[in-house]
Amino acid sequence: MTRIVVVTSGKGGVGKTTTSASFASGLALRGYRTAVIDFDVGLRNLDLIMGCERRVVYDLVNVLNGEATLGQALIKDKHCDNGNLFVLPASQTRDKDALTEEGVEKVLKELEHMGFDYVVCDSPAGIERGAVMALTFADEALVVSNPEVSSVRDSDRILGIIQAKSRRALLGAEPVKEHLLITRYAPKRVNEGEMLSYKDVQEILRVPIIGVIPESEAVLQSSNAGTPAIHLAGSDVAGAYHDVVGRFLGETIPLRFVDYEKPGLFKRLFGGR
Amino acid sequence: MSLFSLIFGNKPKTAVIAKERLQLIIAHERRGGTSAPDFLPALQEELMAVISKYVSVNPEDIKVSLEKQGNFEVLEVNIVMPESGGRL
Repeated sequence: MTRIVVVTSGKGGVGKTTTSASFASGLALRGYRTAVIDFDVGLRNLDLIMGCERRVVYDLVNVLNGEATLGQALIKDKHCDNGNLFVLPASQTRDKDALTEEGVEKVLKELEHMGFDYVVCDSPAGIERGAVMALTFADEALVVSNPEVSSVRDSDRILGIIQAKSRRALLGAEPVKEHLLITRYAPKRVNEGEMLSYKDVQEILRVPIIGVIPESEAVLQSSNAGTPAIHLAGSDVAGAYHDVVGRFLGETIPLRFVDYEKPGLFKRLFGGR
Repeated sequence: MSLFSLIFGNKPKTAVIAKERLQLIIAHERRGGTSAPDFLPALQEELMAVISKYVSVNPEDIKVSLEKQGNFEVLEVNIVMPESGGRL
């Protein structure tokens, strides 16, 4: 049985694609056959974050239109040595209407036949067709939110849409399992009362938290290089994403990187990072 | 505001303000999604038409509002009668 996971947020720029890339990579690294699909038709970027932009030949819309087979369009990720991760890029042309419910369902069914354990759907920002299509068939949802008012409000909106428009909601089946992922978290600013704490955000949205990703320079560096952040061994961000994957798979892992530690004298003198 | 913060001019922490604002607006929007009181203006107009048959009132003398109190929604209709009785 393939599990379909949508990574969504409503607001743009909060870390959906970064999360999709790292989360899918994390699942693949643990041995699950995983496909990650970019639903942002017209503004694809997952290929860049995954570092496979030069290997894109066919895309999701080509598959939907029958111009290419799924096998032709799937790109094998080179960062996961075990060959478990495949990327399905979005189209860069503007035919958003190509994204039909029947078409998307067919692609997802075919991925299931191909034996994928997980399909990660990277949603575009907003609440229009692409975003709705990305969440329609989801079994679980990672709702990405920054500790910031507009992002939290938009996350609440997208949660409402999941609860109203997903296939599971419409069929009256068991609801989509929601997880809250807080990104760009700065414990120091939380400590100083300048930033909502993860507990605040959770209290407002009332969704179980699956992880907190600290604000980090590593994210920009990983996107510069086209290597998903989870591969940056030793970085806080990679550790936090590995934890998210573990919790998603049912492990009990305490939150890390959420408390601010005052730098000691040594650290202040020698500026260790 | 405490004496301490008056003396030292501590502003309230912005994270606290953010949380309060979010709680208010999200509660409001969650309520709005299902039973938006779109009918209120129409209701007010029709009430106005009916009441005008018997008493002469101004449109601004009729106030219709929907409030949530716990698990109940309270529809409040407030009509201010003209002092003279204003029978037609």
